[in-house]
Amino acid sequence: MNDRLKFYQVGSFAVGNRLAEEGQKVQSRPDRTNALNSGHRACQGCGEALGARYAVDAAVAAADGKLVAVNATGCLEVFSTPYPETSWRIPWLHSVFGNAPAVAAGVAAAMRAKGTPEVRVIGQAGDGGTVDIGFGTLSGMFERNDDVLFICYDNEAYMNTGVQRSGATPPAARTMTTQAVGPHPGQPFGQGKDMPRIAMAHDIPYVATASVSDLHDLEHKVTKAMSMHGARYLHVFVPCPLGWGAASKDTIRIARLAVQSGLFPLFEAEHGHITSVTKIRKQAPVEEYLKLQRRYSHLFGEHPDTETIEHIQRIANGNIERYELLPDAEDDR
Amino acid sequence: MLQQLEGSQAIARAVALARPQVISAYPISPQTHIVETLSRMVKDGHLQGCEYLNVESEFAAMSASIGASAAGARSYTATASQGLLFMVEAVYNASGLGLPIVMTVANRAIGAPINIWNDHSDAMSQRDSGWIQLYAEDNQEALDLHIQAFRLAEEVSLPVMVCMDGFILTHAFEEVALPTQEQVDEFLPPFDPQQVLDPAEPVSIGAMVGPEAFTEVRYLAHAKQMQALDTIPRISEEYARITGRHSGGLVDEYLTDDADTIIIALGSVLGTLKDVVEGLRAQGQPVGVLGLKSFRPFPSQAVRDAIGSGKRVVVLEKALAVGIGGIVSENVHTALAGLPGTTSTVIAGLGGRPITQDSLRDMITAARNDELPQLSFLDLKVELVERELERAREQRRSGPTPENLLRDIGQVSGPEAFGATP
Repeated sequence: MNDRLKFYQVGSFAVGNRLAEEGQKVQSRPDRTNALNSGHRACQGCGEALGARYAVDAAVAAADGKLVAVNATGCLEVFSTPYPETSWRIPWLHSVFGNAPAVAAGVAAAMRAKGTPEVRVIGQAGDGGTVDIGFGTLSGMFERNDDVLFICYDNEAYMNTGVQRSGATPPAARTMTTQAVGPHPGQPFGQGKDMPRIAMAHDIPYVATASVSDLHDLEHKVTKAMSMHGARYLHVFVPCPLGWGAASKDTIRIARLAVQSGLFPLFEAEHGHITSVTKIRKQAPVEEYLKLQRRYSHLFGEHPDTETIEHIQRIANGNIERYELLPDAEDDR
Repeated sequence: MLQQLEGSQAIARAVALARPQVISAYPISPQTHIVETLSRMVKDGHLQGCEYLNVESEFAAMSASIGASAAGARSYTATASQGLLFMVEAVYNASGLGLPIVMTVANRAIGAPINIWNDHSDAMSQRDSGWIQLYAEDNQEALDLHIQAFRLAEEVSLPVMVCMDGFILTHAFEEVALPTQEQVDEFLPPFDPQQVLDPAEPVSIGAMVGPEAFTEVRYLAHAKQMQALDTIPRISEEYARITGRHSGGLVDEYLTDDADTIIIALGSVLGTLKDVVEGLRAQGQPVGVLGLKSFRPFPSQAVRDAIGSGKRVVVLEKALAVGIGGIVSENVHTALAGLPGTTSTVIAGLGGRPITQDSLRDMITAARNDELPQLSFLDLKVELVERELERAREQRRSGPTPENLLRDIGQVSGPEAFGATP
């Protein structure tokens, strides 16, 4: 059998790009922007660097090169702009941690006032800058329907400051402030703030989730978002090898398992209504996803914490049910 | 043409004359009338080419101004008190990035206890933020300073706070003259940013700077403000040339030349002070007033030149540095270092307490008799303070201080002390 086919079968275009239709291929295209250029200081296997590069390049292409990016404080900001260097080949502005949505709204307002509304604006932040400290400004941006695509690169904790818990940290995960000690090791049970659903509750034109395990899908969603105006939100799942205690080579594998297990559903919504979901071909048990990450290692070992693992499995099953992620019987025919 | 206008209306019209492109604001008393008026002017088409953003907090108001200014739009916001404090992180960021945003601060006290009335605690808390701070004496000057502020901010590429006393100025109806649009257009050219977010010439703004250059970046911020010491009077003169009216500048000297005692102050109290000084002069007392128009940059040389040698200086200030005393007086001390003379600090008008002519006369008389302590509080109700101190000594849970004080002066009824046992 052809080895390449294997990738295609698990539903990813990450490597299967070589099998993609002509015109859909993205790697090494001569006209690729490389908005986030090489030479930055991201860790090996950084999901955020990959996600940001693909998302921003797609946005630049969709905006015909007229794009401004506003960045919250965080890994992406720090690794891309160590003074006096910058990896950005587009106009880029960093203000503070919690205000990227409001700054982006200001940039968009300026473009309208200056009579150059063709210059489009994206805002970018990690999960902390999105669901915690930037939450108020993001909700305000949504409510005003400012003409900004806001992209959250979610690695589920404050990685830039050394892996502390954020509002997006999933249950049971260990971080430096939810350590794997005591009667309930890791993040106390909860769900992690579900920002895509909160964004949908604002009835904004477009909300979508994407993963670095499916870069074509990510690009497609950015392109679609950029074809619209008003407040749009994209939530990208970006594994962090350092913070999650995972091998650098496993970034894509882990991201894919998050999708395949149902823990990170891929969907699109317009004006508060789900318009599409990415079906799971074959549901992966959550253990497969959890076992690759040392942040969950306290769940395994000699005395596995089956209760917690089952609980996490129920979360995955709940997502599958909510978003109807498994193929219908008809699809199987 | 002279018009009878509320201070806030005058400011809104002055801001509109400056042709702002993005206004983002969050309501807080006593700034509200300014932004209400501007929002109406944008909506009804009087203020063409301007975007008004109704943001969800002051933090967002300043943040949106940062984005707009960095994108090359003339940007304005207004706030006061708690609102200024809520946006502080972005306030520092705006000056660090050298963005010429203009902001009105309708000066108001800071809680707790919550208090909506005027003093300078809010703006003074931002004296080290890197913003230029101008203080208006009356509504005419406030109006003029706003137009000058845009020119100043854009020329030196620094944000400017125009401070005007909340309620005392913002809500007072006064006769003011607004310049014509032609005059303002002659005075204020379109915004030409030093750097701008432009896809044709991409730049990264707001990059991280480590120990290797941070000191130099801060030094340059200081150097820019020192340059503004030249720019402020020049702009004031040019404004006078075009409008025929002198406003702003660094300091305002009133009968200081032959004075043996000079009161230094800023804001609307200068009017009351000048009246008092005029009365005392009529009685043959050689006293004068030095008004600070620019507090940041601090016009050290101008203050030194105006005060001269061997004078009694009284710094009258509407803010308190808890734990030491004066804020403005610290700056005056530095400016007058090495000159013979005495300086005392009088804290007055906190949380809107009226500063009366009688009290000022007593203060000046005490100063001229060398009876004014180094630090004093104008019209402090000493017996009220002593009673509360005694309550606290007697009982650990002596009740909330504000309620206790109000009860003592008869504004609240009920048991004598909150924690009192029958």
